[in-house]
Amino acid sequence: MPIKNLLVANRGEIAVRIIRAARNMGIRSIQAYSEVDSDSLAVRLADESVLIGKAPASKSYLNIDSIVAAALDSGADAVHPGYGFLAENADFADAVESANLIFVGPKGDTMRRLGDKVLARETAQAVGLPTVPGSFERIESSDAAQSIIEKTGFPILIKAAAGGGGRGIRTVRNQQDFVRLAPQARAEAKAAFGDGGIYIEAYVQKARHVEVQVIGDGTNAVHFFDRECSLQRRRQKIWEEAPAVPVPSDVREHLCRSAKDFAESVGYRGAGTLEFLYEPETKKYYFLEMNTRIQVEHPVTECVTGTDLVRESIRISNGEPLKLQQSDIALRGHSIECRINAEDPANGFMPSPGTIDALSVPGGPGVRFDSMLFAGCSVPPFYDSLLGKLIVWDECRSSALRKMKGALKELEISGVNTTKPLHQALLNNKNVIDGDIHTGFLDEWLENYDFRLTE
Amino acid sequence: MSNQQIVSPLPGTFYRRPSPDEPHYKEEGDTVAVGDTIGLVEVMKSFHEVKSDKSGTVVKFLVDNEEAIMAGQPLMELRE
Repeated sequence: MPIKNLLVANRGEIAVRIIRAARNMGIRSIQAYSEVDSDSLAVRLADESVLIGKAPASKSYLNIDSIVAAALDSGADAVHPGYGFLAENADFADAVESANLIFVGPKGDTMRRLGDKVLARETAQAVGLPTVPGSFERIESSDAAQSIIEKTGFPILIKAAAGGGGRGIRTVRNQQDFVRLAPQARAEAKAAFGDGGIYIEAYVQKARHVEVQVIGDGTNAVHFFDRECSLQRRRQKIWEEAPAVPVPSDVREHLCRSAKDFAESVGYRGAGTLEFLYEPETKKYYFLEMNTRIQVEHPVTECVTGTDLVRESIRISNGEPLKLQQSDIALRGHSIECRINAEDPANGFMPSPGTIDALSVPGGPGVRFDSMLFAGCSVPPFYDSLLGKLIVWDECRSSALRKMKGALKELEISGVNTTKPLHQALLNNKNVIDGDIHTGFLDEWLENYDFRLTE
Repeated sequence: MSNQQIVSPLPGTFYRRPSPDEPHYKEEGDTVAVGDTIGLVEVMKSFHEVKSDKSGTVVKFLVDNEEAIMAGQPLMELRE
């Protein structure tokens, strides 16, 4: 039965993105919102809206019972979780399906399997994807840890088996630190994720973060090539590109085909992303994890493949088979996305909630601004700081960089501090221009860069 | 001596304890010294400790755990 009424169980720019996709498919959109979001852009654009609770996310966007009740009350036949919040919560996916509603995303059991890092690595190895050297299962004793460390050497990463989004990870440089930090890591993982399981892996130095977009219909899957997201501040991506600059085409072919095989091996349904570490010097890549949702940076892939990924994933959740075959999907040109966050680069990236006084949005061919903003809108303190994403496309990377520079200049947001000056500074940085970066680059660079000097 | 209030320097979500498994920073009747942490405010997913700028005994909390607060909103009442 085709979806007629879609509940958007998210907020901000991704809610707007989903509403637009629904509208383009002739689907009625119903926006679930918290008390503080009653005048948000998503609520304004949706066909209908329904209050799900108070401002703190735990009382609204993370409240499974409230969201399922809102979906049933408003006559929705499907729920889109967006990213973050409940998007990778298997119990939420199950609760939606138990209420006889369609969940736009993978099955709860698929999320459970891929959400466990250890099981996910085993799945990767089964389709021939290399994983970072380290423990392939939870470390239960210090003897077991020592025998792994003999193989990996230092530095290593201790990771929470149930962690994600860059959380629950710590770097350990020597034996002394390991003895001290391992118990702490267990305790923190237990507190943060309710699961004290940890594992160890080698720390791939000067690594690039490369990822592959896939969509599956539960049986077949296709890939939409790769992205690079190595520019990260405290493990949070702030700038993404497609395709990944350092990956040569022969490596790309194998990497992307393996990602497609991986998705098919788990009967994946919906949009998902396989994350890898890539070592340019050796051309080796290592599977990290699969994110079982649409990602923030999906627009760069849309730009270089000419596909509406949100629409495709809604169509598939309907039970329809993939419309595209792998041979239909080709790479064209280069795309860059800059995340515009409400943070003050001149003040240690302090969050900057408030009210938008004025807004000026860039335009022209190959320029796209996915955002939650309008003049007069409020930016509440309760959720993440992402205001919008400035995305450009052009025939080659150097043209895309130039276009991004112009678009950023046109973008004016007043009322809150934003990360626009960070991106402007990066566009003048030789390493960024040359594509000579790694996942630790931005944090190192920021240690010595003073934004106040540029203002 | 009149009662004094400690206000939040930031808008966001107020937490009375460092993590869900740990006890509250302060209970009613506890003594508070200048510089003591009395709670956390979550602003856009970043956590900031609220330090007391006064000393005294906690009379009562004026907001609940996980409640939405504005900058400048009183969080607790202290008796000197």
